[in-house]
Amino acid sequence: MNGGNRNRWGGGRAPRPTTARQQGGLLEGARERRVATGGIELCVAELGDAQQPTVMLVHGYPDSKEVWSKVAGLLADRFHVVLYDVRGHGRSTAPVPLRGGFTLEKLTDDFLAVADAVSPDAPVHLVGHDWGSVQAWEFATVRRTEGRIASFTSISGPSLDHFGHWIKRRMTRPTPRRAAHLLGQSAKSWYVYALHTPLLPELAWRGPLGKRWPRLLEVTEKVPGDGYPTASLPQDAAHGAWLYRDNVRPRMRRPRTDAYAHVPVQLITPTGDAFLSEHLYDDLDRWAPQLTRRTLPAKHWVPRTRPDQLAAWISGFVNRNESPVPTAQPSPTGPYADRFAGRLVLVTGAGSGIGRATAFSFAEAGARVVAVDRDADGAARTAELARLAGAPEAWAEEVDVADEEAMEKLAAKVATAYGTVDVLVNNAGIGVAGAFLDTTTQEWKRTLDVNLWGVLHGCRLFGRQMAERGQGGHIVNLASAAAYQPSRALPAYCTSKAAVLMLSECLRAELAGQDIGVTAVCPGFVNTDIARTARFAGMDERELRRFRNRTSRLYGLRNYPPEKVAEAVLRAVVTNRAVVPVTPEARGIRLLSRLAPRALRGIARIQPPS
Amino acid sequence: MTTPWADVTFIGVNEASPVGPGTDERLAMHPATREYAAADLRGYREVQQLAYACAESVAARLKPGVTEREAARMQREWLRGRGVRDGFHLPFAWFGDRTAFAGFAVPLRFLPTDRRLEPGMPFILDLAPVRGGRAAAAGYSGCLGPHPVHERLTADLRAHRELILARVRERRPLREVSADVDRLMRTQGYAGRHRAHPFGVRAHRVGRAPHRRWSPARRGRGTGALQGAARGVFRGHRDGRLPRWSPSRSADHPPRTGLWAVESHLGFRGTGAKFEELLVVTDSRDPQESAFWLDDDLPHVRRWQEEAQAV
Repeated sequence: MNGGNRNRWGGGRAPRPTTARQQGGLLEGARERRVATGGIELCVAELGDAQQPTVMLVHGYPDSKEVWSKVAGLLADRFHVVLYDVRGHGRSTAPVPLRGGFTLEKLTDDFLAVADAVSPDAPVHLVGHDWGSVQAWEFATVRRTEGRIASFTSISGPSLDHFGHWIKRRMTRPTPRRAAHLLGQSAKSWYVYALHTPLLPELAWRGPLGKRWPRLLEVTEKVPGDGYPTASLPQDAAHGAWLYRDNVRPRMRRPRTDAYAHVPVQLITPTGDAFLSEHLYDDLDRWAPQLTRRTLPAKHWVPRTRPDQLAAWISGFVNRNESPVPTAQPSPTGPYADRFAGRLVLVTGAGSGIGRATAFSFAEAGARVVAVDRDADGAARTAELARLAGAPEAWAEEVDVADEEAMEKLAAKVATAYGTVDVLVNNAGIGVAGAFLDTTTQEWKRTLDVNLWGVLHGCRLFGRQMAERGQGGHIVNLASAAAYQPSRALPAYCTSKAAVLMLSECLRAELAGQDIGVTAVCPGFVNTDIARTARFAGMDERELRRFRNRTSRLYGLRNYPPEKVAEAVLRAVVTNRAVVPVTPEARGIRLLSRLAPRALRGIARIQPPS
Repeated sequence: MTTPWADVTFIGVNEASPVGPGTDERLAMHPATREYAAADLRGYREVQQLAYACAESVAARLKPGVTEREAARMQREWLRGRGVRDGFHLPFAWFGDRTAFAGFAVPLRFLPTDRRLEPGMPFILDLAPVRGGRAAAAGYSGCLGPHPVHERLTADLRAHRELILARVRERRPLREVSADVDRLMRTQGYAGRHRAHPFGVRAHRVGRAPHRRWSPARRGRGTGALQGAARGVFRGHRDGRLPRWSPSRSADHPPRTGLWAVESHLGFRGTGAKFEELLVVTDSRDPQESAFWLDDDLPHVRRWQEEAQAV
């Protein structure tokens, strides 16, 4: 949308809630109307069926309603989506004079006027980003809006009152940790101080900053250059400085003591936000009794960079609060539920062992799970139990990861039927033992086909989908401690796993620019079926059975549960680690490989007793 | 829970003469049960029924806020009111994730705690009363309100009951039976909770106990069981064989005739369910008669039958 023609909607025009078909622009197909309130006119855009629940999206600073264009487009087929330019922004008119025209009280008036115009009978679901969220906190905590709001999703914008109390608590009882939080946030708030200087911000925005802002966003915030910000940016930013000047100091000095949310709140926190510390929300449960937390590995402008995830979380939250009866689905309880709820996770080799445990851990965190295994029954069972464990949806897919064609079909099916995978766990692998000179080329081929090519296919197909979506993701490849511990007894296995480790490291470097993390997990000896199903080169049937029994018995005695590896996988995704050795022996060997590689070569020569 | 020490306490009696009073009457259903007289088996069945009746009665009275200790005391009092003065172990009660033995590193963790029951929480009541010299064991799983995982677990226990019986009838070594049960558990996607048991035990022999006057309640919670543990380990090693089923080498022999308290305990992500009941192993050549569950009229079996009928 072209914000430059704001004069067409001059301030003196009579209020008229007419609809206007918008021509082109970022909000394709939006119905537009003007809502008059308190001497100004707001430009309101609507998408979707007005009979559906109303979702109202409020933009931040320096933005206009078009910041929501991608999210609105995704929500429009399910909800009545309403967006408006905050006073003084986009195509809404600005109050005269500007000083005192942007108080939270006046912004609340605006919200009520828009809500009454677009959804007179039903409360609206509020979503705010940045300053949109700051003002929405005011809407959600003042008495006069009760009954007009059904739910509130807050993204990157704390309540000024909560913020005021947060600072006071940390100033009055400054433990080292609290002092660190305070200093951290003070440093991140530099722009707030800058905006309080007179005139300079306006000059900067109307001058060089306004011109360079879009490029700056692309470089620092990785916001895709797709026609946003709109041309009205310098004007919006100059007017919007009054949001800070009118509200920040009074609220910091005397924060309201009754700022309790009277609606369910969903808090979405981008972990890479350059302006807001995650710790701002540490005390939030006190203010919002019905709080759902979500975290997203992203920077500040998530409505531009992570629209899919926002749309999914917003619709989930709206649906939950629209439903007259509480849903039977238990809310996810796992330790990383804030991070993985609703996300799509694909695990290969999910029919048993580490893959199955990983699928369950993700399910417990509320993720949607695709369990892939060549054993159809095992995969089906995993999917079934994953649903019981807390996955809102889980599917089983029978695929051999070594089969290129089957993997391609799987990737296509997953993309169309379930969506783009957020976390891919390439876990499928087979165990192979036996001296190099005893290992046949067939055995080599099968080992590399599953252990290396399976991972390659997964990374290639699903990594491409992630990259094309451009909204980040994570790939976990299950390598092994055998990737850095050579052994005369496991040449094929060690080789395949070392390749997986190196592949992961290379891929990590390549995909870092696209916010796709890559992790290699090296479990060590874990009590799974791998020893019971392993191949042993150069052994007859009887010997093989004996050897299998003995090895699996040793694994059983070691008894390191796959559930702990699954925990390590989730933790690795959350913290975006590069290489994760899991069991103590895997960690010890990893350390030795750096400090005393000759010791490992010595261990490699040990002939396992047969 | 099955305590390994308890069975050892009764070894001598058990192996010497399992035949009790009222000797020659055979159990009509199982004519090949040579070792056990019908009246004798009936006696065991009565004790087992008593144990399950106790569990059902206490389970029906469990409300939000009841602690594990209170639930254990309710079982003790119920049993004492019906003439039970002895037991393999004191009644146990586990609530919430303790049903899956989450974090049970030392045996003391089995003892009831002050954890309170909450709506939607699974629970297990585990008791092993001895009356008239006859011992039984019962493990009762329930849940305060609907719980899909718990329902699934209890339904899946059925396959375990069938598998154990089939394997015992095939006279497979107990170690193999254990391995098969483990495999089934893994296929089902569950973690076997037996590893948390002392010695990984999943069944133990029961038999006639010398009539003792002491009452577990009077001995103070847990002390009797701990004494039993020490005694059990000592005698088991002296005999060179612990009459239990476990994945260890000591169980590499077919099941011996007699009465076995067998249990299956499944755990899935902080929810556990189990059953425990008596299995009769005879020396009959007829597979059907060579081993059978002492009683099919038990709460979990009835639940499976109802489910099957509903389907």
